[in-house]
Amino acid sequence: MRIFLGRAEAVWPREWWREGLAIGYSGVMSQTIPQPESVPDLSKQPAVVSVTGLTKRFGERLVVDNISFAIQRGQCVGFLGPNGAGKTTCINMLLGLVEKNAGEIRIFDLEAPRFHREIKARIGVVPQADSLDPDLSVEENLRTYAGYFRIPRRLARERIKELLHFFALHNRRDEIIEHLSGGQRRRLLLARALINEPQLLILDEPTIGLDPQARHLIWERLAILQAQGTTMLLTSHYLEEVSRLSQQVLILDHGQVVVQGAPRQLIMDFVGLEVFEVEGTAVELDGLEASFRQCNARLERVGDRLYVYAREDCSRLIKVMGEAGSWVRRPANLEDLFIQLTGRSLRET
Amino acid sequence: MNGFSFWTIWLRNGRVWKKNILATLIGNLGQPLLFLLAMGYGLGRDMAEVEGLTYLQFIAPGLVASAVMYSAALETTYGSYTRLTVQKTYEAILMTPLGVVDLVLGEIVWGASKGLLAGIIMLLALPLFGVVPSPWVIALLPMLFLSGMFFSAFGLIMTALARNYDFFNYFTSLVITPLFLFSGIFFPVQTMAPPVRGFLEMLPLTPIVSLARIFSYGRFGEPILLKILGSLLATGCAVWLAGYLLRRRLIQ
Repeated sequence: MRIFLGRAEAVWPREWWREGLAIGYSGVMSQTIPQPESVPDLSKQPAVVSVTGLTKRFGERLVVDNISFAIQRGQCVGFLGPNGAGKTTCINMLLGLVEKNAGEIRIFDLEAPRFHREIKARIGVVPQADSLDPDLSVEENLRTYAGYFRIPRRLARERIKELLHFFALHNRRDEIIEHLSGGQRRRLLLARALINEPQLLILDEPTIGLDPQARHLIWERLAILQAQGTTMLLTSHYLEEVSRLSQQVLILDHGQVVVQGAPRQLIMDFVGLEVFEVEGTAVELDGLEASFRQCNARLERVGDRLYVYAREDCSRLIKVMGEAGSWVRRPANLEDLFIQLTGRSLRET
Repeated sequence: MNGFSFWTIWLRNGRVWKKNILATLIGNLGQPLLFLLAMGYGLGRDMAEVEGLTYLQFIAPGLVASAVMYSAALETTYGSYTRLTVQKTYEAILMTPLGVVDLVLGEIVWGASKGLLAGIIMLLALPLFGVVPSPWVIALLPMLFLSGMFFSAFGLIMTALARNYDFFNYFTSLVITPLFLFSGIFFPVQTMAPPVRGFLEMLPLTPIVSLARIFSYGRFGEPILLKILGSLLATGCAVWLAGYLLRRRLIQ
């Protein structure tokens, strides 16, 4: 968010007539957020990705609207946002698959898309949609991909062997893609993305549609990569995944950055300490709402449910809830933050 | 583009092709061979000579050229469209250092290679029908490759414009089949009325059919330079247009 504040002001004059309101709004929000404590002196190194005032229109529709952010070396940044918020368009602009209308992209301190060949040689991408070669075997898929990066054969063979072991695919080496399970395909996509030993890994919904076992295996592997210092950009609708992996999140909505920062801090600042979810009749909930007003909390009614986002310890009110039908008390999480900042209405574009 | 990067795409296609080698060869060669049998051997036996050749001899070189056309054009329509949409191969490739130019060249050179291979197999099959080409036929091979480039590029243009597989029906029935029938494979273009002849000679397959006949029998009666230059120019334009349209389709 430190980066966001500075850069947002830098693009202010060019787009002020359209973006004025949005920047003002985000700016105010960013100012209310304290700096995360545990940022090492990465600020002295150039960011791996730095994006300023990025804008994209498809016809009349503004899909990405003056976005600025940065990804520091070794960090994992989570891109969140409802469907159609502009996440994938943003990633595709980083990769040069979508042409930007305005703004500046620098990756590894190289200008994109001008140096896209040099940039992409050092990036690994796990795309949202399976793009493996269905006619080829597991190993042939990796060998083919290594060819695109012009990795010498012997080196490629070694890396493929390592990657297949790392992703527990070594005994499926000669299997045709069609015979792989969803989890195995995803792991292979990950292995493929790592074939060039990328300095930046872009993960677009890396565990979409997987069962919990498969998902946990991937998380575990991604955590190892992170520990080894791989920089990552992650988009996902599984907010648990994002909380586990990301040190920074960036919430997008309607093509704009709503907020960015460290997830724990953002949750504290925008949601609170913990959440009570109470189910009951309208009368019961009315009564509870009145009691909870004594505590520093934000209240939200959705159908027959009351959400209490407590900013302070409200345990003294637990006895009041005993009378209501059922309730749970849980720590505030990223999902609460997400819903609060982007609303509950469905996005179907 | 970075030198011969497109070659890696050629290798990828080759790797897939090796797995279904028989099906693609039969698919591409079945038709010209059957035509040679039915028209050349069946119909041609009772026909007068054309330009001093038996009818079988007359149509054989043209059918070689048509095998190249079919093989190349089908590869970059149905084949490329599958890679573009269903398999998302292009998307995967564009996430590597390769760009659209590499992709287009890789696909076109691949289609042309398949076309050339089909042409070579046809030429090798001709002696079975009693047609023995002259040694000049070696000089025909680059021409066949060039024609393969043209029809691959043409197919890729269609792929860049297609919204579904049915779109290729227009291409095959309105472009490929008419070219097959009217490019001088089955009748001599030279004896047509001048406006008709002029039109038919402008068709992209016609000069290749003539060149195929010239080189197959080593009979250099007509000028060949214009035909070669015309084919080169047409191929250059088609490759450029394929690149332009595919880029527009892939990069939003």
